[in-house]
Amino acid sequence: MTKLAQWLWGLALLGSTWAALTMGPTLGLELPLTCREVLWPLPAYLLVTVGCFALGTVGYRVATFNDCEGAALELQTQIQEARADLARKGLRF
Amino acid sequence: MASTEASRSLPKSRRDPEGRALRQDKFSVLLPTYNERENLPLIVWLLVKSFTESVINYEIIIIDDGSPDGTREVAEQLEKIYGSDKILLRPREKKLGLGTAYIHGMKHATGNYIIIMDADLSHHPKFIPEFIRKQKEGNFDIVSGTRYRGNGGVYGWDLKRKIISRGANFITQILLRPGASDLTGSFRLYRKEVLQKLIEKCVSKGYVFQMEMIVRARQLNYTIGEVPISFVDRVYGESKLGGNEIISFLKGLLTLFATT
Repeated sequence: MTKLAQWLWGLALLGSTWAALTMGPTLGLELPLTCREVLWPLPAYLLVTVGCFALGTVGYRVATFNDCEGAALELQTQIQEARADLARKGLRF
Repeated sequence: MASTEASRSLPKSRRDPEGRALRQDKFSVLLPTYNERENLPLIVWLLVKSFTESVINYEIIIIDDGSPDGTREVAEQLEKIYGSDKILLRPREKKLGLGTAYIHGMKHATGNYIIIMDADLSHHPKFIPEFIRKQKEGNFDIVSGTRYRGNGGVYGWDLKRKIISRGANFITQILLRPGASDLTGSFRLYRKEVLQKLIEKCVSKGYVFQMEMIVRARQLNYTIGEVPISFVDRVYGESKLGGNEIISFLKGLLTLFATT
C-alpha cells in the first residue's frame, strides 16, 4: 500500500466515524445534545491543532538548529594547512 | 578482486576482531565533480588525512563530468602525488546525472563499502571514521549523515534557508515516515551491493534522488544508522537553492508519496 493510500484510508476512517456520529439522529443513534455540539466542529479544531503543532515544531527546530561555527573555523585552518602541504608536495593550484 | 581475496580471512586473524575488520574492509569514496578545481585538492587532502590517521583501507574515485575549469588536470596531479592505487580518475565526457555518476564510479570500485559525499567541502571527511564505527556497531546496510539530530547542524545558512530546510524536512517526515532524519543529505556510507540495488531502483534527480534512495531502502528492508554531521555550506563557489529547486523537490516528494 502506498503512503497516499494509507493516508486516504486513515482519513476515510476518521471522516466516516465523525459523519456517522454527527448524523446520529437520522440513523437512529441518539447522542446527548452537548456531545453533538462538541462533535460538530471537531474537524475544524483538529485542523487548527495540527497546524499549530506543525508550526510549533518547525519553529522550535529552526530556533535550535545548530550553527556550527567551530566546524567552519576548523575547516578554515585545515584548508590553510592543506594548501601549504600540497604546495610542498608539488601541486600547482 | 582485492576485496574478495581479502574477505577470505585467515583463522589466526580472528583473535583481533577490530584489526581484522579494518584489514578486510575497503572503503571506496565516490567523488562526482563539476567545476571543483579549487575544492578537489583540499577534499582529497582531508580524506587522505582522515583515512591515514584512522588506519583505514581506502580509495578515492574521482568522476569528473568534463569540467571546463580544469578540475581534471588538478585531479591528474593528485593522482601523481598520492598514487594511482589511492586516487582513481574515471572522468566522463559531459555532465550527466548523479545516479549515473555513482554507477560509473562503482564499476571501478574495489571496496566492499562505498562512501558518497560532496566534493565542495560541505561534508568533512573527519566524520567517516564515525560512519564506519556506527556501521560496525549495528551492522547497518546504510549509515547516513544527519544535520537534524544530536550535535549535527549547519554553517552559513540564513533564517530563510533554515526555515525552508526544516519545513521541507517536517513535511517529508510526516508524509513518508522514512526512518531517517536527513533525507536530502548526500553524505552516506553504503554496502556496495546495497547501493547497486538502490541505484537500479531510483529514477529521480537532484535532491529527490537522495530522498528516494532512503525511501527505497526502507521498502527493501535495509537497515539505516545515523551519525550527526556539521554541514559547512560551500566555502568556494555558489550554493544553490532557488524556486526551481523547491518546486522540483515538492514534485518529487509527492511522486514518492503517491507511488511508494
